[in-house]
Amino acid sequence: MTAQVAAVFAPGLFSSEAVHIAAGVGALVAVVTSVVGVFTVIRGQSFAGEALGDIGATGGSGAYLVAVGPLWGFVVGNVIAAGAMELIGIQRPRGRDLATGIVLGASIGLAALFLYLTTTSQSTTGAAVTILFGSVFAITSSTVPMIALLSAIVLATMLAIYRPLLLSTVSFDMASSRGIHVRIVGALYLFALALATALAAITIGTILSTALLIGPAATAVRLTKRPVLAILTGAAIGIATMWVGIVLAYDSYEWPPEGNGWPVSFFVVTLIFIAYLLSGLFALRKPRRSPGPTERSGAAAPAAES
Amino acid sequence: MEGPASSAVLEVQDLDVRLAGRKILDQVSFTIAPGQFTGLIGSNGAGKTTLFRVILGMQSASAGRVLRGGRARPRNDHLIGYVPQKFLLDPDLPMRARDLVGLGLDGHRLGIARPSRARRALVDEMLEAVDASSFADTRVGRLSGGEQQRILIAHALIARPRLLLLDEPLANLDLRSAHDVVALLARIAREQEIAVLISAHEINPLVGVMDRVVYLAQGRAVSGTTEEVVRADVLSKLYGHHVDVLDVHGRILVIAGAGDQRDLAGHEGSFPEILTT
Amino acid sequence: MFSGFMVNAWTVASIVAVVAGVVGFFTVMRGSAFAAHAIPNGSFAGAAGASLIGASTLLGLGVFSLSGALGIGLLSRRGRHDVATALALVVMLALGALFLSWSEEYAPAVYSLLFGEVLGIASNEVAPTAILGGLCLLAVAILYRPLMLSSVLPESGRARGISAFRMEMSFLLVLGLATTMTVPVVGTLLIFSLMIGAPAAARSFTDRPFVAMLLSVAIALLIVWFAIAASYESNYPVGFFVGTASAASYAVGRLWEAQRARRHKGARPR
Repeated sequence: MTAQVAAVFAPGLFSSEAVHIAAGVGALVAVVTSVVGVFTVIRGQSFAGEALGDIGATGGSGAYLVAVGPLWGFVVGNVIAAGAMELIGIQRPRGRDLATGIVLGASIGLAALFLYLTTTSQSTTGAAVTILFGSVFAITSSTVPMIALLSAIVLATMLAIYRPLLLSTVSFDMASSRGIHVRIVGALYLFALALATALAAITIGTILSTALLIGPAATAVRLTKRPVLAILTGAAIGIATMWVGIVLAYDSYEWPPEGNGWPVSFFVVTLIFIAYLLSGLFALRKPRRSPGPTERSGAAAPAAES
Repeated sequence: MEGPASSAVLEVQDLDVRLAGRKILDQVSFTIAPGQFTGLIGSNGAGKTTLFRVILGMQSASAGRVLRGGRARPRNDHLIGYVPQKFLLDPDLPMRARDLVGLGLDGHRLGIARPSRARRALVDEMLEAVDASSFADTRVGRLSGGEQQRILIAHALIARPRLLLLDEPLANLDLRSAHDVVALLARIAREQEIAVLISAHEINPLVGVMDRVVYLAQGRAVSGTTEEVVRADVLSKLYGHHVDVLDVHGRILVIAGAGDQRDLAGHEGSFPEILTT
Repeated sequence: MFSGFMVNAWTVASIVAVVAGVVGFFTVMRGSAFAAHAIPNGSFAGAAGASLIGASTLLGLGVFSLSGALGIGLLSRRGRHDVATALALVVMLALGALFLSWSEEYAPAVYSLLFGEVLGIASNEVAPTAILGGLCLLAVAILYRPLMLSSVLPESGRARGISAFRMEMSFLLVLGLATTMTVPVVGTLLIFSLMIGAPAAARSFTDRPFVAMLLSVAIALLIVWFAIAASYESNYPVGFFVGTASAASYAVGRLWEAQRARRHKGARPR
């Protein structure tokens, strides 16, 4: 029995401090991204999440350059970008246009420059990998309080705007007529999204962050139509994939190629994908609603997939 | 409905179409002769678009058949020109009106078009025919809805079809523009011997111009001249309940009568429901 | 700057620019931003895998780009770019990271695949790039008219026997082919901005489709040449210059349009 346990949980797993931090941070971020992610899926605004992921690369690499922790870069960069998106009005589905894509391209180019300068000026390689693909193991204990604080802010914001956001997602007009400041609610949501993507970025990297933001949430939305249940399910899926991913990554130090270990972000992302595919089996059993006109990006009923 | 079958541009025979278990079209039959201007009248959801899709070969029928120029199988010989109801032209699209019309001539052929004087002359001629010469070099996406529609008509016409199909071309136009488009189409039909089939949910813009009308209701159709078809007895039989046809200052109103109507709350009432104007 | 191995760089980069300009022209016309973003993501894994097993990067890129193009085309037949596709593409990225982590030079390889690498173009890559580029251009030349008709007026195209699905698949395959040969120079993250920026800028300067395509090529060439020269001089990454130059071209185009509108004010209401 102990041999099998040791095979699954490699020796030292439970006593490693890096694993403790990773598990804790991973779980916390999974909860936060589930809350924000469910709304992102329902509102059909996955594009905004992806864009913030790209911009996060610029912010994070810039932070590296000035020898500040990347988390600061993610947060500051994302919040500014979210503010700009709000002002230009990218909340509307039409936001996915040429101009946005081109601006994102420029910001990615800028990230390339920052990363290059970091490599030469500080002779640290690996900045690119850390920013883009991240590693939950790389989070130091000094960053944990900041992560906890940011998570608390996101959760508090989402709690505060929960009902008006839900209402304005289902029906913009109904919400306005009830006196809800739909614009302010939307702006606060974007703010929460900015922080959530920053947290996802520090956990599994900017390029992969959309998987954490959208994956468990989309899976949950497939399984249940009730928002609260979806959030809880998404959080559970996120935590599960995080923890299993951490275990696998820790174990992989024993796997070929020797001693390197496989990137934990790879495991997490793959597990999220598998979870989504598996949910398709369950979703099929439920009575299918009648096919309506296909919409690409409308922020319509809570049942919509993004 | 007379004359040798092969001279008819379009013949629809006992057409049945089922979609998702519902019968959309039920034994629909009518004929279109060369140069004839026909209006396909029916309220929204009556099956007009489905009928068009079958005629264009984009939808298959459950029973019955469609003969195009005497043939059952559509050949790509551009017998039918089509102007869709909805189209979205990006205002930034780098394409002038004349370029879009040119695509109607040879857009289906592989390769890149070789500019020739003959081609340009033909495009100019089409633009002239739809009164679009003044904005021939403007970007299509920046034209008004009515102007774009005229370009699309030229785009369909340039391939010299024998039948021009227009899906609800009057739907979003004001009365004046609708009148202009109808007059234009009538002129084209007359001058170029092209049959025209327009679908619409309002009959009045077409009344003075149509040679024949195909009236679609509950999936069934009646065809003939306006005098033959737009009558209380004929339409009542078509709708399956009593229908009045009123002439109000020269405007025709088709109104569902009293007695067997129920309003939303389920109360029987004698309120008039305007079926077609 | 123009001698020795740099000759390879200039040659390959020029071919890349021409293809990006031509294929990008149709990408913008069709609004295929998702595919243009997604296919390079997928091909990242292919390139990483190829470098791991010592195979040609172009081969790895090619296999994954074309499969990705096919996959996207078949899946989006259902009418939606759904979560499964998006997640699958992220998995591809993670897979690429995994492959690279097994190789000796993890970080530099990641960097050059994502952001492009000019100096690494070997002389034996010039010929395959030219051949692939030629294929792309030939395909576009053949499909030019029906693709344009189907892109602008899909209903009319369908009425003339042009299947929108077949056009979409053909175009995606061409896009996959173009991605294969352009990624080594510009990088997977930045090929999108070259392919979109040049044609988007071109449309500001002309109303005619064919001219717009030619201008798109010209602008792409300028962007790439500038990027290579600047990268050679400053050692900064090519991708940085491509991203910023593409954005600058687009901005210039927009400004030109605004200024032209102001001059012709009153002539024709928009």
